[in-house]
Amino acid sequence: MAKRIDVSGLNAYYGSFLAIEDISMTVEPRSVTAFIGPSGCGKSTFLRTLNRMHEVTPGGRVDGKVMLDDENLYGAGIDPVAVRREVGMVFQRPNPFPTMSVYDNVAAGLRLNGKYKKSEMDGIVEKSLRGANLWNEVKDRLNKPGSGLSGGQQQRLCIARAIAVEPNVLLMDEPCSALDPISTLAIEDLIGELKERFTIVIVTHNMQQAARVSDRTAFFNLAAVGQPGKLIEIDETERIFSNPSVQATEDYISGRFG
Amino acid sequence: MDITTDTQKPAPSPAPQPTAPRDKRTARGASRPGDRIFVGLSRGSGILVLVIMAAIAAFLTYRAWLAISEDEANFFTSFEWNPTGSPPEFGIAVLAYGTIVSSVIAMAIAVPVSVGIALFITHYAPRKLGGLIGYVIDLLAAVPSIVYGLWGALVLVPHLNGLYGWLDTYLGWTGIFEWNGGAGRSLLTVGILLAIMILPIITNVSREVFRQVPRMHEEAALALGATRWEVIRMSVIPFGRSGVISASMLGLGRALGETMAVAMVLSPTFDISASLLDPGGGTFAQNIASKFNEATQMGRDALIASGLVLFVITLLVNGGARMIIARRKEYSGANA
Repeated sequence: MAKRIDVSGLNAYYGSFLAIEDISMTVEPRSVTAFIGPSGCGKSTFLRTLNRMHEVTPGGRVDGKVMLDDENLYGAGIDPVAVRREVGMVFQRPNPFPTMSVYDNVAAGLRLNGKYKKSEMDGIVEKSLRGANLWNEVKDRLNKPGSGLSGGQQQRLCIARAIAVEPNVLLMDEPCSALDPISTLAIEDLIGELKERFTIVIVTHNMQQAARVSDRTAFFNLAAVGQPGKLIEIDETERIFSNPSVQATEDYISGRFG
Repeated sequence: MDITTDTQKPAPSPAPQPTAPRDKRTARGASRPGDRIFVGLSRGSGILVLVIMAAIAAFLTYRAWLAISEDEANFFTSFEWNPTGSPPEFGIAVLAYGTIVSSVIAMAIAVPVSVGIALFITHYAPRKLGGLIGYVIDLLAAVPSIVYGLWGALVLVPHLNGLYGWLDTYLGWTGIFEWNGGAGRSLLTVGILLAIMILPIITNVSREVFRQVPRMHEEAALALGATRWEVIRMSVIPFGRSGVISASMLGLGRALGETMAVAMVLSPTFDISASLLDPGGGTFAQNIASKFNEATQMGRDALIASGLVLFVITLLVNGGARMIIARRKEYSGANA
């Protein structure tokens, strides 16, 4: 299920602007990898190249290689739609489909992929909502609109929606930045459980969060505004936060800039 | 008011006192002259609308009642229109049928095409092409209805024979599309012309609605592995549904009330034929326009009575649309 991501020599552009330059890294399966770095360093852009969402932005374009086990996501003849069914994503702001019920939100991805019997669908929806630690809170209002939930519940609903289709990788783009501390804690606990089943990559602005949830941490930085973002280093989270091998990482983590 | 008392806490007294009158005035903001003038202006505008509406309704009802009380035939079912005869006999059955049928045809053609154009402009076309098409649609909206009427009578009618023949060959057995070779001055032609006329307004409003679909809803669908069509089905159309209904109602309002273009295309008769392709029939607005000038006092009152019916139909249509929108309110994109 969970797959290894192997990126090599990846550049991403917005039009003619080079946003991130020459990124190579490996993301281990069944682990949490956190991306940290100052605003504008390209960590979100890089995350979006991992499920080919970057090219959805007008002018967005990528060169380089992203291997998911032994399949190049940017290889010839690869359908970006198929990639996104394999690599799920959770966004910064909770975005359940406002016109759909809780149930339909979770079922949305499954309905794209094919036909399911009612009983099968019920089972998957319940399993996904349980997987997102949301089942007990919403089991009595599965047919109410998903947009009626609280912000934290909405974000867990989005996680349930993403894991319902059993992706190989789960990408999270600052999933807690719009949430209160209690909801944040709920999501962080959830990430700890989800890594048993999925490869998880999370972008965060909160360094304590990176330290709490991740196994490995990648630090991104840019030389100056208008310069492309680069990967400075990636290592065990413990090492990054105690004894990083690059001075810039230590400066960032200890709050000397950024 | 409770909130004001809680937050302001005027004096440290054991029991909270009711807010002082001065505080109440400032909280309402009515003490400043600018506020007072603005409140007066906006309230006056609101009342003015109601007064105008009531005046129109009162005028229509009074004159209509004068005519209907003289009417010897059944006002709703009679196929006659002879208000100056003795006894006067007139009914709106033909007009109601013609108005509703031509508008329904217009909607059936215009709504799907408009939604298609709006989706193409906002989600498929390259930006420049979309802009160009939008501009052309705006131009279409600016063409006066008399010009549509001229075009309909001189170009559309003679060129519809092919379509009529085709409909007769393949759908003639239904009876609705039977064609006896007459000129195409029929309700179907009127419906087609009305469809072209209401296309711009429905397209424009739908385009604006589709453009406002939040990016994050579309990305939610994309990230689940939705194709472009699936994104439109999951995010764009549900979000835009109520807007498209409103747009369609604007278009329907225009179709129901369209006068000149209909009068120029239709060859009016006072009967209902089974086939939409038979020349003849009439609509409320067309009938009023073509008869009003030569009508006597009684004839005018009869026409006003028919106008009242059109007014009521329009109100019912709008009310129905509002109900449709309100029914799905909690699922609308507005509370996202």
